[in-house]
Amino acid sequence: MTKTKTHPTINKAELPTWCELSGAVISAPGSSTCIETGTWRTYMPIRDAEKCIQCMRCWIYCPDSAIIVEDGKVVGIDYEHCKGCGICAKECTPKDKAIVMKEEIK
Amino acid sequence: MKENLLESGVRSSEDRGVLQYAPTHDTRLGTQTRVALTGNDAVALAFKQVDPDVAAVYPITPQTELMHKFADYVSNGEVHTELMLVESEHSAMSASIGASAAGARTITATSSQGLALMWEMLYIAASYRLPIVMVDVNRALSGPLNIHCDHSDTMGCRDTGLIQLFSENSQEAYDNTIQAFRIAEHPDVQLPVMVTLDGFIISHTVEALKVFDDEVVKAFVGEYEPLRSLLDTDNPITMGPLDLPNYYFEHKRQQVEAMERSRKVISTVGNEFEKISGRKYGFFEPYKLDDAELAIVLLGSTAGTAKDAVDLLREEGIKAGLLKLRVFRPFPGRQIIKALANVRAVGIFDRSISFGLEGGPLFNEVRSFAFESNFKMASFIYGLGGRDINVAQIRDVFLTLKEIKDTGRTDIPVQYIGLRE
Repeated sequence: MTKTKTHPTINKAELPTWCELSGAVISAPGSSTCIETGTWRTYMPIRDAEKCIQCMRCWIYCPDSAIIVEDGKVVGIDYEHCKGCGICAKECTPKDKAIVMKEEIK
Repeated sequence: MKENLLESGVRSSEDRGVLQYAPTHDTRLGTQTRVALTGNDAVALAFKQVDPDVAAVYPITPQTELMHKFADYVSNGEVHTELMLVESEHSAMSASIGASAAGARTITATSSQGLALMWEMLYIAASYRLPIVMVDVNRALSGPLNIHCDHSDTMGCRDTGLIQLFSENSQEAYDNTIQAFRIAEHPDVQLPVMVTLDGFIISHTVEALKVFDDEVVKAFVGEYEPLRSLLDTDNPITMGPLDLPNYYFEHKRQQVEAMERSRKVISTVGNEFEKISGRKYGFFEPYKLDDAELAIVLLGSTAGTAKDAVDLLREEGIKAGLLKLRVFRPFPGRQIIKALANVRAVGIFDRSISFGLEGGPLFNEVRSFAFESNFKMASFIYGLGGRDINVAQIRDVFLTLKEIKDTGRTDIPVQYIGLRE
């Protein structure tokens, strides 16, 4: 699973005061990866590696780049950023789906 | 005819502010030439002399001739400006935002409905802290459809976060336009600046004014070095991302601070401009206000007519005075009250209306600072949709003020000057 990067402002224990901000700009590139959008999820995709045929459709369609691929193969789901939209489960090729959506247990 | 002009055109002003910044630009008295131009042509000339990087425009009466003239400069190769002819004013401001965010010195101009169509983008220009210089040639808002002067367009966007400078005549429109670049681009400010001139009354009227040689203007505004640029790939930034509840409030507070800091910058730039022009620019111009018992406060071209009325009343032995406001945002409320401290009755003139609020916007803004002052106030709405106003009508206002002074009445309802009743 991808570990969320630390960010000078987003991951600070205390957010900057208005005096500390340099205008309404993001000056540290790539900071969107520091936002844990996984907390928005109400349904989570559960992937069964044995049923997966590595068609890569989940990786192609995932709007949040939350399908983890290593050496050309799907190996897992980035739950820090997966919002639980369910597109991966919908697009999953096998008749007996390799990805299914399950309600989050809070 | 060319002349050095320290001795001429100098007006009194009580509100000079304190010069804090060391001059970073050329502030030697510049050579000036007396020419006859319309307000639109005068502003176009100022733009030509500044030679901005990008202009994004769409035509609308009465602004059209301004950018028409500027387009001539572009076509003739007299400026290096990239002129973008966009499909609407919304696009004009959007393109200006993009250009300014990319680090270009950017201008635009519009009127009335065009400004209204820019509305949402004005907030964005201000909140992204983009030093765009725009000109609004004041025109009434529809409906019913009207192309003539009033201030309803500018007043409608008084809370967008733009700095707003008003002009009495072509000279001030030209001078304000040049100063606007220095104000907008100052590191402490970084806000869009709107220069306004009254539609037709200034924009289409030929007046004599003094203009600089091109190099004087270029030296005054200096080379533009953006504080940040989207094209600076060594320092990549994102502008305009989602600003959620944990940041938005802080960014608004920063805009408040920028507007507050602009006060000092407006004073400093005004003082430096006086050095090269001989013409004073403060937040407002007091006219015969020192010993005045009765005064009016107003914006824009009507100041010329009002000065004649003041002179007339002085001849009649009535101590009349005028406060012509130049800077509407940031609003110099405390200075206005200080300047009116010895006045007994004040009439506030509004060339726009705030429906459902007693009196016009300027009246209410002045009144919000007047809670500790001794003078009586009354609101006068005039000139909507280009309705003319003359010296006799302003004299009548002073006579009303005299009655207020003599009787101490505070229950004078909003007065509509020149309305058929």
